[in-house]
Amino acid sequence: MKLLDGLGKGTIETLEYAGGITQLAGESVGFIATLRIRFGETLSQCYLLGVQSLIIVLLTSLFTGMVFSLESANQAVQYGVGSLVGGAVAYTSVRELGPMLSAVVVAGRVGAAIAAEIGAMVVTEQIEALRSMSLPPVRYLVVPRLLAMIIMLPLLAIFADVVSIVGGMWIANTYAHIGSADFISSARQTIGFPDVVKGLFKSVVFGIIIALVGAYQGLKTRGGAAGVGLATTGAVVTSIILIFVTNFIMSYMLYGTH
Amino acid sequence: MDAKPYARLDDVSLFYGDKVVLKNCTLDIVEGAITCVIGLSGAGKSTILRLLDALRKPDEGHVYIGDRDICHTPETELIEVRRKIALSFQFAALLDSLTIGENVGLPLRENTQQPEAEIRQIVEDALDSVGLAHTYDNLPSELSGGMLKRAGFARAIVTKPDLVLYDEPTTGLDPIVTHLITDMIVRLRKKLGGTAVVISHDLQSIFMMADYVAMLFEGAIIAYGTVEEIKRSPNPIVQQFLEGSEVGPIPI
Ligand SMILES: Nc1ncnc2c1ncn2[C@@H]1O[C@H](COP(=O)(O)OP(=O)(O)OP(=O)(O)O)[C@@H](O)[C@H]1O
Ligand SMILES: [Mg+2]
Repeated sequence: MKLLDGLGKGTIETLEYAGGITQLAGESVGFIATLRIRFGETLSQCYLLGVQSLIIVLLTSLFTGMVFSLESANQAVQYGVGSLVGGAVAYTSVRELGPMLSAVVVAGRVGAAIAAEIGAMVVTEQIEALRSMSLPPVRYLVVPRLLAMIIMLPLLAIFADVVSIVGGMWIANTYAHIGSADFISSARQTIGFPDVVKGLFKSVVFGIIIALVGAYQGLKTRGGAAGVGLATTGAVVTSIILIFVTNFIMSYMLYGTH
Repeated sequence: MDAKPYARLDDVSLFYGDKVVLKNCTLDIVEGAITCVIGLSGAGKSTILRLLDALRKPDEGHVYIGDRDICHTPETELIEVRRKIALSFQFAALLDSLTIGENVGLPLRENTQQPEAEIRQIVEDALDSVGLAHTYDNLPSELSGGMLKRAGFARAIVTKPDLVLYDEPTTGLDPIVTHLITDMIVRLRKKLGGTAVVISHDLQSIFMMADYVAMLFEGAIIAYGTVEEIKRSPNPIVQQFLEGSEVGPIPI
């Protein structure tokens, strides 16, 4: 009985969450569609949320590209297909690693920041103050962050792609003596423009998830500093899970059927 | 005396879980007058201001601004309703990412087409009038609680709203500034001809500025009238409250 109760409650909460996110998305689209956008704020969020995430995205993708190359070069050379390493590294970087890694790293940094900032504004009545001044918090706070993520995450993913491939190339060269020219020509044979576009499309979706989940968690914060902590953790955990799930769904739909 | 109300709480009840905050509470806010709401700490005074600004909806009953029932008005239209109303928050509620000048000018910058130079002048004058000259470029974290409160006060009045809701505008301020703020509320009301609701624990200020006083006790308005009427009220709860006595019907 208890189990059923718990299950029922869980389902209701999940539906409520989904409903809340959908409503937030709808309101945001309303403001964006009617161009009621704070451009200056959007630009500064692009810097705060996007540009300032560059280093951490570069580092994580560089080392991931390197380790991936290390492992695959080892195997490939053993089986005499060293010339395929470039393709393997580029293929995974552009289609999966670049968009995913940048999104997960940014979810930890930016999703948490959005939830914490908005959550703190809720508990100090700043959100109520905005509403009382006829400034809808969604327009004032959520839309600039959402747009910033939609613009910046694909850009970060491009950097992640490039760095991961270059890192992979370097390791393949120094460790398995696969020439850069071989590496690059293999990469170019394997991936095409559509792969890049699909990868960037994923990034846009991840950006939307990070911004909306962070903002939603922030806006529904209750109860002081502890509440802000919960909102922050909730934002990171939820958005990372959603990123993994939607990534699988998108990969399946974008690449799965040939 | 029977002026038409600018706003009205009509048989309003509001709960937090099992806790009853307001129960069948009715209150008229007379147009062009200053209505002071008094009551014990935690009685629900701030909640009343939130209802009047449509920041919260009652669980039962209605809230009217003019003839409009704001409990059944969609959020998009409430944005318009709130343009004519300003709330000076109990704890200031300034945006901590903006400077004091940006905070006070925010409603003007975001909601009007006034040129920046004009807005800057209005904001500087408003800050000056609450004794906060030279704080334009300070961040809220650099000001004391009482200074923040005055900045919040300034933010509420820069738009010249029809209805101003002041939540304890003088609590925690020194006697001189208290006098200054009380005086300003009266002058502003006269100058702009607007309506005001003031929550205050400071009886001296209340007697100075109030046209009407309403006492909130256990979720409802138990006494309402002019200052003189309230002072002469036969209600023992009102008398105990005004005397600040520990003996009487109010449970402590
Ligand atoms: N989020 C909330 N959850 C539960 N109870 C709440 C919440 N907000 C307010 N309350 C309760 O509602 C009651 C009224 O609160 P309100 O802030 O309106 O009081 P107040 O009259 O303004 O008090 P004070 O003079 O101390 O400012 C309080 O008893 C408070 O405990
Ligand atoms: Mg209060």
